[in-house]
Amino acid sequence: MFSRAYRAAITLPPLLWVAVFLLMPYALLLCYSFWSVSDSQIINHSWDFRNYLELLRVNVYLQTLFRSMWIAARVTFFSLLLGYPLAYYVSFVAVKGKDLLYQLVIIPLWVSYLVRAYAWKTILGSDGVLNTLLQYAHVTQHPLDFLLYSPFAVVLTLTHIYTPFAFLPIYASLEHIPRNLIEASHDLGASPFQTFWRVILPLSIPGVLAGATLAFVLSLGDFLAPLLLGGPSGIMISNIVVSLFGAAYNWPLGAAISFCMMALVIALLFVSETLEKKWSFR
Amino acid sequence: MSAQCGPRWLSLHAVAVFAFLYLPIAILVLYSFNGQGVGGFPPRNLTLDWYRQLFSDDAIWTSVWNSLLVAVSAVAISLAFGIPAALALDRSSFSGKALFRRLVLLPLILPGIITGLSLLMLFREAGTRLSLITIILGHGTALISVATTEVFAGLQKLDRAQEEASLDLGANYWQTFWRITLPNLRLSIIGAALLIFTLSMDEIAVSFFLIGRDNTLPLEIWGRLRRGITPEINAISTIIFVFSLVAIIAWYRLRTRAEGQPDLAAELLEAAEGES
Repeated sequence: MFSRAYRAAITLPPLLWVAVFLLMPYALLLCYSFWSVSDSQIINHSWDFRNYLELLRVNVYLQTLFRSMWIAARVTFFSLLLGYPLAYYVSFVAVKGKDLLYQLVIIPLWVSYLVRAYAWKTILGSDGVLNTLLQYAHVTQHPLDFLLYSPFAVVLTLTHIYTPFAFLPIYASLEHIPRNLIEASHDLGASPFQTFWRVILPLSIPGVLAGATLAFVLSLGDFLAPLLLGGPSGIMISNIVVSLFGAAYNWPLGAAISFCMMALVIALLFVSETLEKKWSFR
Repeated sequence: MSAQCGPRWLSLHAVAVFAFLYLPIAILVLYSFNGQGVGGFPPRNLTLDWYRQLFSDDAIWTSVWNSLLVAVSAVAISLAFGIPAALALDRSSFSGKALFRRLVLLPLILPGIITGLSLLMLFREAGTRLSLITIILGHGTALISVATTEVFAGLQKLDRAQEEASLDLGANYWQTFWRITLPNLRLSIIGAALLIFTLSMDEIAVSFFLIGRDNTLPLEIWGRLRRGITPEINAISTIIFVFSLVAIIAWYRLRTRAEGQPDLAAELLEAAEGES
């Protein structure tokens, strides 16, 4: 029903735009990662692997990457710990207030991410809300200084930010579970725990995988929370990239790190998608 | 449905999670009225001083204006290319379709700095001077997928017969698009526009690399945060929070009236996960 001209008119402009402003920049990133920068800060367009070798040679890059993955793993764990029971509660227990509770989980997503990270800073600081509260209540004499400028602060803040992201796909998968399966399980004499363990949990695995992937991938590349709340021990891989593109001025090395991150993220997405398909009963 | 009486700890857990999600927002709002500034317990000497200071702070309002300009332009670009892209995914076949689908979604799922610095390299190679325009191009491109996803979902529900009838009755494609297709996608388009607008207003990773001399609001806030904590930031954040709350409620009412349970964020997340 659609003519060739019509199809060309809807296809070509977005294809061209995406090719120029998305595909080309990502390709350029790959090119830069093989270039180098000379002492006089000129980009040297000769192709070699020295940036990638540098990443393997200098400990700090791999260390920071592993630290970022470790932070992201903790964020994922806590987001699931908070998000899964909440999704279960909203989907199965709070039957009447379901829609309202669902919206209440989403609303914080609309509050600026930067502002929420900043709010945590005002809570955790040495003269911040929490410390002055503790002193006011005579729980402690001196401010607790491990609260801010630590990996703890980064994990806490990122968990706060990404819990709704973990919640949403889990909730969607719980909502898709046919309720008569659960009834059948009860009727056949399964205890609530058995029903959860053998019916609900397996059916919600794709949602858990999706939520975990989102939380992990999004927190892995974060650079604001570490700068704002992380201190020297909370530096993450994106902070290194930012400094390589700024003061340290080594774009090619920064590009190489970025490309590794990009490959890591795409590989994770692929694995998660494969697993989701495998666990999908629909 | 067999409503199981969930154990009490599930309710307690839910209360705790909501407290965790809303605590920073509550603190933020509360301390925007605190005479002693940010921090200190209990808050005392409630005041509107920070709001007064905020309203006489030209740099903030310039950056708000810049952000609005960027967000509106980003909405225009993402819709201008995202709507045709959704139509193309729905009714055109071209090689690399699956790749295209995934490519446009990448900026949402990749660390924001990667898209930002890739575009920075492009503009550098092209010799483009960084300004609000480069930020607009960045936001517009990064958020195309939001428009595509939303409109594509709308197209799936669209009754194809209306378009066929329009074409049979002698309207050309252009007329059919403007009079039949677009009005039917109205809600998806408004939803996408709202989401793109909000994401752009809050975007920082891409802007961070593409910034020229003019700051957007998040970058202005960022700059001040690095110099120290000021309660004016609580004040501007509170104002923005109230505005977004109003926008969300308005949107939900519009959408609920039209088609029941709104599911914008969930749809987007599902799309970002690559399920199609």
